[in-house]
Amino acid sequence: MNWILLLEQTLNGFQFGILLFLLAAGLTLIFGIMDLINLAHGSLYMMGAYFAATFTQWTDSFLLGAMLALLASMLFGVILEVIALRTLYTRSHLDQVLATFGLILFLNEFVRLIWGPIGLDIPLPDVLNGSLELFFGIRYPAFRLAIIVVGIAVAFLLYLLVSHTKIGMLIRAGASNRQMVSALGVNINLLYTIVFGLGAALAGLAGLMAAPIMTVEIGMGEGILMITFVVIVIGGVGSIRGAFVAALLVGFIDTVGRSFLPDILGLFVSNDFADTAAPAISSMLIYVLMAIILAIRPQGLFPPKGA
Amino acid sequence: MKLRLLGALSLGAMLIGQVALADTVKIGFVTTLTGGAGAIGNDMRDAVELALDHLGRKMGASDVEMIYEDDTFKPDVGKQKTEKLVKKDKVHFVTGYIWSHVLLASRNSVVGKGPFMITSNAGPGPVAGKLCHKDFFSTSWQNDQTTMAMGEVLNQLGIKDLYIMAPNYAAGKSMVAGVTRTFKGNIVGKDMTKFPAQLDFSAELAKIRSVNPDAVFVFYPGKHGMQFFKQYSQAGLKDKVPLYSAFTVDSLSLPRLKDLAAGSLMTQFWAPDLPTPITKIFVQDYRKKYGRYPTFYAAQSYDTIMLIDSAVRAVNGNLSDKDGMRTAMRRAAFPSVRGSFKYGNNHFPIQNFYLRKVIKDSDGNYTTRIVKTVYTNHQDPYAKDCKMSW
Amino acid sequence: MNWSPRTAFITLLMIGLGAVPLIADGIDEPFYTVMFSRMLILSIGAVSLNLILGYGGMVSFGHAVYLGIGSYMVGIGTIHAIEDGIEWMGNGFIHFAVSIVFSALVGFVIGAISLRTRGVYFIMITLAFSQMFYFVAVGNEKYGGDDGLSLYMRSDFNGLFDISNDNTLYYLNFVILLASLYVSHRIINSRFGMMIRGAKSNEQRMASIGFPVFRYRLTAFVIAGTICGMAGVLSANQTEFVNPSVMHWTRSGDLIIMIVLGGLGTLFGPVIGAVAFLFLEEFLSGITEYWQLIFGPMLVLVVIFARGGIDGMLVLLDGWWNRYSLKNKA
Repeated sequence: MNWILLLEQTLNGFQFGILLFLLAAGLTLIFGIMDLINLAHGSLYMMGAYFAATFTQWTDSFLLGAMLALLASMLFGVILEVIALRTLYTRSHLDQVLATFGLILFLNEFVRLIWGPIGLDIPLPDVLNGSLELFFGIRYPAFRLAIIVVGIAVAFLLYLLVSHTKIGMLIRAGASNRQMVSALGVNINLLYTIVFGLGAALAGLAGLMAAPIMTVEIGMGEGILMITFVVIVIGGVGSIRGAFVAALLVGFIDTVGRSFLPDILGLFVSNDFADTAAPAISSMLIYVLMAIILAIRPQGLFPPKGA
Repeated sequence: MKLRLLGALSLGAMLIGQVALADTVKIGFVTTLTGGAGAIGNDMRDAVELALDHLGRKMGASDVEMIYEDDTFKPDVGKQKTEKLVKKDKVHFVTGYIWSHVLLASRNSVVGKGPFMITSNAGPGPVAGKLCHKDFFSTSWQNDQTTMAMGEVLNQLGIKDLYIMAPNYAAGKSMVAGVTRTFKGNIVGKDMTKFPAQLDFSAELAKIRSVNPDAVFVFYPGKHGMQFFKQYSQAGLKDKVPLYSAFTVDSLSLPRLKDLAAGSLMTQFWAPDLPTPITKIFVQDYRKKYGRYPTFYAAQSYDTIMLIDSAVRAVNGNLSDKDGMRTAMRRAAFPSVRGSFKYGNNHFPIQNFYLRKVIKDSDGNYTTRIVKTVYTNHQDPYAKDCKMSW
Repeated sequence: MNWSPRTAFITLLMIGLGAVPLIADGIDEPFYTVMFSRMLILSIGAVSLNLILGYGGMVSFGHAVYLGIGSYMVGIGTIHAIEDGIEWMGNGFIHFAVSIVFSALVGFVIGAISLRTRGVYFIMITLAFSQMFYFVAVGNEKYGGDDGLSLYMRSDFNGLFDISNDNTLYYLNFVILLASLYVSHRIINSRFGMMIRGAKSNEQRMASIGFPVFRYRLTAFVIAGTICGMAGVLSANQTEFVNPSVMHWTRSGDLIIMIVLGGLGTLFGPVIGAVAFLFLEEFLSGITEYWQLIFGPMLVLVVIFARGGIDGMLVLLDGWWNRYSLKNKA
């Protein structure tokens, strides 16, 4: 076993996990508090990336573009909530799935109409384009390191927000007992809009940080949305702590599986089979993980109290 | 007298028939027009339109109707669109096809059902070998050929340890098969990644760094190629391990990759600086009309239209004369971007393959230049499995 | 049955579907037979899902897995029939039989695990299982992997009928659709069906009366799977091509959309929905490349305003009709 490789892959898995966490945090909050299954969360991720590409082009600075894109994503989320999603809170999960699926279709075409079918790039500043020497002689791409740093910072801020502020208290209260919060005279509509805007900004942040790695294109949010759902379900719907743990778990399994599975499989079956079957099996691993966890704990790892 | 009248009548009838038969040539073109690969399909469509411009929008006396269909990068959708072209639009030629898996899925809906099928890019082994058919032609290459040429180049460069990466779909497998067929050194690592879903190559790049091979060979068409080059450089591998490729760097990605690809080596059957008269006109007019260098996808699509034109002219627009058109196409007597060439028994071109290098042209645009000829008049290895002869 | 706009519409729809090949041949546009054939096959899938989703309230987001099972049975069978000359593997009756058995088995395993969860967890775990099967198909190089399998023959029915003819295949689809509607009708109105419907609205009550809710639900889950597996067999024959995308989660989503669009928990709703869905796709994509720009909001509006789907609107129409005719009689 090559320890340096394992360490580097762990870092890669961690980076992917952090990205998943940014998406999952918003999704699980919206789900836990408004009881809304929002399939269009992936579209918010896509919007974040497109906004960032456009604003980076306008301002000629990735940093400035990213800031503006963050604001734009939040604003976009708020508008979406007020116009379309608000009416869905009281509906069945089935209705929500369908209506937000309709939104995905709409937003994909909307983006195609505005930005064209081809997709965009986000050029990175030179500082982020290279690689850095870490401990044990590991070289790691600077931008991926930046994703990890930003992600951890956001996770920490979220922790502060949720457990040490008044709005955080309301969010926690909303997640465990919605009726009670509104009965206590809290402006629940405003709380919902704020939470949705926060979730949209987090999704946008994930989108704009993934964009330089994955290219900005239509439908970019759909593949990762499914994995995000897996994350929040494993973590327990509504639990940010659960989302954090599950995101890192899923990121780690996915990356390490992709890296080592061909060799591990090669011990048992022919190499050719291992080479071609391994990518599929590693994609499958996270779903197997979810099925096992749900079979043992039908409400995920960290079911929020009271739910 | 009577006989003569009859003869005149039947001649007249034939002439009328001829005129009536010289109806519109309907050509279906299946490609990818949306999503990340949409740029490729767009380039192919531009080349088709340029070819039609050059022909004055007519093939002989016949009008031409082009029907473009978007396969959205999915074999099942491509198949459905192909079926529509054949059954509903009743086209005479079904062409296009970037992706090998889309072509393989769609083939049965065309071949043997009436129309000719001409692939403008994809060239998976089966359609060149066991599944070759009298109504199937290619204006590109067979998948293995280009990477076989790359294998030779790597041998000549004295590469001992090679790491290979390609997407896990029909063409990716052929490309890998091609390079392993001719490369004589050791293959120290191979990754087949999920296509088109996987765009983040961090795990694979870490493996490359840990294995530290003499060279890396990749096949990543479209936007995947661009992402790979970017991430390769971001991971700090660009100056450590030389990167060779096939169909990965093209005229669409070069303006965006710029220095990241400078000096990069690849093999190909064509390059914009190929000294043939048609290539000169094609590249010049293409750049004038669209303001960019054409890709090899574009060149092949241009050839597709010219091949059809040669067939339609040979039968004077009598599109029911399929034998006549087939004979004409087998002669490959059309002005091709690759110069004159011959068709093999399996209707795939027997052609040269060149080593190309990324350079900056005099106007500061990035393009490629031919370094040398690797193969002369090369025929694909599947031709011997094809039972057809003519 | 009393005559009403709704029964008239449904009767006309079914008669119309029965006459499609005749009309298509009449106007020399055989392409429409193919197009409507797809509608029939997806209708069968939707009817089967409606059994558990519409009547039982089990929101399975992985129903397309059975389409995949049926399709791959035909794909794998015909490959061996042609390449290895094993004739029985190309037999359509065997394709149906194997698909039914295998779908039932898979349905049993998925159901037994998933039905222990509720709500969104149920949605996600059924999705997880379908994704697993999806990736099994993707990873299985022997049977085409991601690239899929092209079929060089359609299933052979011992010369009883020959589905290499598109019209014959169409009528086979039609007959199986009618059969699945009949089976649905019988199940829904049986004691078993009452119980499934009862558990949808109040699970605790049914359990406390002494019904084994879990076992009944599992049975319904398995039945729905086997019917959809048959749709898979037909689908592979129709497209003459099998690849993993037949069981992609978006296909499961399409089935759900069809049901809701047509009318959740009504006998003919899924058929109406499947026809409307594919018709809209064909029609709107003919008008504009950006057809989803129209289809997306339409879906949102249907969910928000037309709660019973198209069938719900027909029921409304019936109401007006009844009042109108009553007034006239009085």
